[in-house]
Amino acid sequence: MGKMKFYCDEDRCIECNGCVTACKNENEVPWGVNRRRVVTINDGEPGERSLSVACMHCTDAPCQAVCPVDCFTTTPDGIVLHNKDTCIGCGYCFYACPFGAPQFPGEGQFGARGKMDKCTYCAGGPEEEDMSEAEFEKYGRNRIAEGKLPLCAEMCSTKALLAGDADVIADIYRKRVINKGGEGFGLDSLKEGLSATAPAEPAQASVQHWTPSSSAS
Amino acid sequence: MKLKKINPTATANDGREATQNPGWIMNRRDFLRQSSLMAGGAALATGMSTGMMRKAQAASEPSQVDAETTTARTICTHCSVGCGIIAEVQNGVWTGQEPAFDHPFNRGAHCAKGAAVREHGHGERRLKYPTKLVDGKWKKISWEQALDEISEKLSQIRQESSPDSVYWLGSAKHSNEQAYLFRKMAAMWGTNNVDHQARICHSTTVAGVANTWGYGAMTNSYNDIHNSKAILIIGGNPTEAHPVSMQHVFKAKEENQAPLIVIDPRFTRTAAHADQYLQLRPGTDVPLVWGMLYHIFQNGWEDKEFIQQRVYGMDDVKAEVAKWTPDEVERVTGVPEEQVYQAAKTMAEHRPGTFIWCMGGTQHTIGNNNTRAYCAFQLALGNMGVAGGGTNIFRGHDNVQGATDLGVLANTLPGYYGLSEGAWKHWSGVWDLDYEWVASRFDQGSYEPKENGQTPVMNTSGIPVSRWIDGVLEKPDHIAQKDALRAMFFWGHAPNSQTRGQEMREAMDQLELMVVVDPFPTVSAVMHNRQNGLYLLPTTTQFETHGSVTASNRSLQWRDQVIEPLFESRTDHVIMYQLAQRLGFEKEMFKHIAVQNDEPVVEDITREFNRGMWTIGYTGQSPERLKKHQQNWGTFDYTSLQAAGGSCDGDYYGMPWPCWGTAEMNHPGSPNLYDTSKTVAEGGLPFRARFGVERDGVTLLAEDSWSKGSEIKDGYPEFTADLLKQLGWWQDLSAEEQQAAAGKNWKTDVSGGIQRVAIKHGCAPYGNAKARAVVWTFPDPVPIHREPLYTSRYDLVSKYPTYADRKSFWRLPTRYESIQARDYSKDFPIILTSGRLVEYEGGGDETRSNPWLAELQQDMFVELNPADANDHGIKEGDDVWVEGPEGGRIRVKALITQRVAAGVAFTPFHFGGYFEGENLRDKYPEGAAPYVSGEACNTAFTYGYDSVTAMQETKCTLCRISKA
Repeated sequence: MGKMKFYCDEDRCIECNGCVTACKNENEVPWGVNRRRVVTINDGEPGERSLSVACMHCTDAPCQAVCPVDCFTTTPDGIVLHNKDTCIGCGYCFYACPFGAPQFPGEGQFGARGKMDKCTYCAGGPEEEDMSEAEFEKYGRNRIAEGKLPLCAEMCSTKALLAGDADVIADIYRKRVINKGGEGFGLDSLKEGLSATAPAEPAQASVQHWTPSSSAS
Repeated sequence: MKLKKINPTATANDGREATQNPGWIMNRRDFLRQSSLMAGGAALATGMSTGMMRKAQAASEPSQVDAETTTARTICTHCSVGCGIIAEVQNGVWTGQEPAFDHPFNRGAHCAKGAAVREHGHGERRLKYPTKLVDGKWKKISWEQALDEISEKLSQIRQESSPDSVYWLGSAKHSNEQAYLFRKMAAMWGTNNVDHQARICHSTTVAGVANTWGYGAMTNSYNDIHNSKAILIIGGNPTEAHPVSMQHVFKAKEENQAPLIVIDPRFTRTAAHADQYLQLRPGTDVPLVWGMLYHIFQNGWEDKEFIQQRVYGMDDVKAEVAKWTPDEVERVTGVPEEQVYQAAKTMAEHRPGTFIWCMGGTQHTIGNNNTRAYCAFQLALGNMGVAGGGTNIFRGHDNVQGATDLGVLANTLPGYYGLSEGAWKHWSGVWDLDYEWVASRFDQGSYEPKENGQTPVMNTSGIPVSRWIDGVLEKPDHIAQKDALRAMFFWGHAPNSQTRGQEMREAMDQLELMVVVDPFPTVSAVMHNRQNGLYLLPTTTQFETHGSVTASNRSLQWRDQVIEPLFESRTDHVIMYQLAQRLGFEKEMFKHIAVQNDEPVVEDITREFNRGMWTIGYTGQSPERLKKHQQNWGTFDYTSLQAAGGSCDGDYYGMPWPCWGTAEMNHPGSPNLYDTSKTVAEGGLPFRARFGVERDGVTLLAEDSWSKGSEIKDGYPEFTADLLKQLGWWQDLSAEEQQAAAGKNWKTDVSGGIQRVAIKHGCAPYGNAKARAVVWTFPDPVPIHREPLYTSRYDLVSKYPTYADRKSFWRLPTRYESIQARDYSKDFPIILTSGRLVEYEGGGDETRSNPWLAELQQDMFVELNPADANDHGIKEGDDVWVEGPEGGRIRVKALITQRVAAGVAFTPFHFGGYFEGENLRDKYPEGAAPYVSGEACNTAFTYGYDSVTAMQETKCTLCRISKA
């Protein structure tokens, strides 16, 4: 069984917000709801670095632990989803989440996405028929059911944001570390051998299409 | 993350119908970000007929589960990287956008703008039908009425004044076909008063680079940066302006351990990823580059063999560089010697290195000096004509390269043929029109003196877009044409991207006729004080039509149509046809272009320019080849861009120009210009022999250097029929080719025979010369430093003064020293510069109308150093006035940051919809105002034009800032 994760490479993230608008685009997320956002530290100063942050789909998700109505479920692939019909919008998950992922849509026509809204890893919702109109209305697109990965990562301008099975992401990142010369890791000697076998790696980061069957191993 | 409480009463952007105070800010991105939605989708309904309502609602529906999905391959319409897009369409509605993982430029990646292009299928804030301003109110009218009235007025102006009193302002957003047609339309109308945004973005690059080695374009490609051992970026911020290019930069940085050097007055998001960052005073590029070269020459790091073989005039550069001692460099630029030395050493030790520049270098009164200094730097290091090297000039808009190539410029016909009689005869021939008829369309007077008499108007460069304001406001007898400008087309143009806001408003008010042709109303619809005589005509985006587009690396890409034109909009080429009909030259203009239901056949237009664009090799990219490339994205290599196997085997993606000869010749395109390691037939080239064969007894042709496989083992001039005869190669032409080639040269032989035979013998059709580091035809043959007109360092003016004023420059009196004569630095102590934000593009009308983007950047701001802020008692989030020395002023939010040095302020230039504190939002046609509006920084920017191209100075003026 795979474990779906995000990873954001701070050496590559340039705060272009491609991930943010990709999410808006794919899930028709209304104005004011930010399932994903890019945070920047040391803005405008040496050491400035950015990271794209959304729900991290924790394995032992604090939101799930504290939810008074138990609306969260974790899929077999490790994606944390919540049931918007059960959710009461209390905001307790907001306290529990270390990443500020839960969003609370404002009143009015754009509150249509329910009481709490967050990144679904582009996996739709927990209870509806996959890829149905009802699922889209409440949760957005179900790319996972289509055998695709979250659009934010698939569209990342510099392939900083990676999504997919944690093992695959780890492999991609390890290769990058070696490519960088493995500074401080004594990996320099490995570099030549690696680039001979995988010269054009970086763009492949999120290119690998995940499918339910391939992650089942 | 840094959280700061801000004054809860400080917000005042009213662009939104329901504003809430945000309370907290974190950084620029979160700067006064408001979580409430304003206008949002509510505006959908206003001003639309029920038919349009249905369409618009359909467009915002999510994907329909059961509907059949078709896909279209298109290209992002924002910057010049040229990212591939896969659009999913159901029942005619654009329902999905998928990453084009196999696209050779972006591998599926997008920035905020590219990831949001599907919103174009919603188009809620588009201009929805033809509209006319009647007594200050917008009135919906029919297309027929609009075009009839406009053409009637145009004809009247033509009769009373001359064709030159109508200005045709075109667009970098047109497809190649539309750009070509636009230039042709201006020619048929009979004027050279036609131009577009290239004038105000990279005109100094095109002029500087073309005059150095032959062609005015990016020499290598984004992908080729993979081969770079060092990357130097000056006056460019690709993380915001060309984000996907950073994918390629990071590949070099990681895999080659290529150091990244960023030189910019502002610590940009790009600088944040740099290994070395040099913060120079705006407008001091020449001293800084000469300062680096000083160390290079001092230490003998230059490539002596390369210079001897392939560069003319480097000694003159050396003499100028010698004046730029480390002390003087630091005195003028503010950059310490150690940093300059380190950057020079890094570039010398890591070859090949690439040299990237953008608007920070180009938009100056000495922009052409800057670009040529950059070229000289790369020539000195021998970094030209080699993979991983080159001058990688990142163009701005998606098709600014194409629109430039196709001559939407006041100084040339398509293909940089210029405006000489020969050029007009060449194009008249391609158009199959009688040259005399074409000439008869022009004003027969002449207003520009030359050596022997006067230059006819037809052969005189028109007024550049940067100066249209003066073309209206200047006294007619001071303008080198019959009368002042009386009517303007703004055909895909954002006026807020241009300086001198107050005078622009005055010029807009003075025009008799303004016609805005655009998918959005643009700031042109609101910044004037007119009551009548203004038409807004809704055109489509490139997603509602098909055609080709040229990326920055000279690759041509084909776009599929994604959706039908929204609302009542019509494509640009349909509008051009319908206008030509009314102006009475559609038969000539479309003589060899089929027209179906008023729509000119796009492929016929491509084929027509293929038949004429021999100078830069836009001849081999037939629609058939372009479509084949589009269908085979995945077969092109990610680094070399060459296809291995498949139906495009051997071609470089998009056949980067020059793609020599006819399509049948199957030239693969030229991936890296001036690369002598490949044969010309395989995309190699020497430098172009464009400037003669010798000067003052010194040869201008290459010495001991030629491209691989050349049968002439030395330099040689450009190919002509006579040269072929001298070489004994004339017989290689077929009988038909001989007939066409007689008396012609490689540029004017429309059979392509001369090019074919030259290449067959391994030669470049344009010759094999040296690049010239000295451009003797320019005001400053060797690039020198001159202080900006509005300089913060008045003490340097006596040593580095600007130019003398000119009586007639691009038809207009042009001021330099009379402005610099006065010291403004005491009253206006802060340098004002400008640049891009990643979410927006250009004047921002399109991107500020996209809610996915607009939400991310809701307020116009000025970046101020904490020291300046404290000196003026300004706190983060305060409303401040930024006032320029010509009196233009803007009211914006203060963003206090170390990103700018003390004494420098930065503003983004994408905002519009406010004018000197006045909210113009109510002046937009109903339902068509962008989601976000703000002051246009250029309202406060000042006079100043490049000494060769009339590029506007937007990167360096002065201002004073006070709390509002």
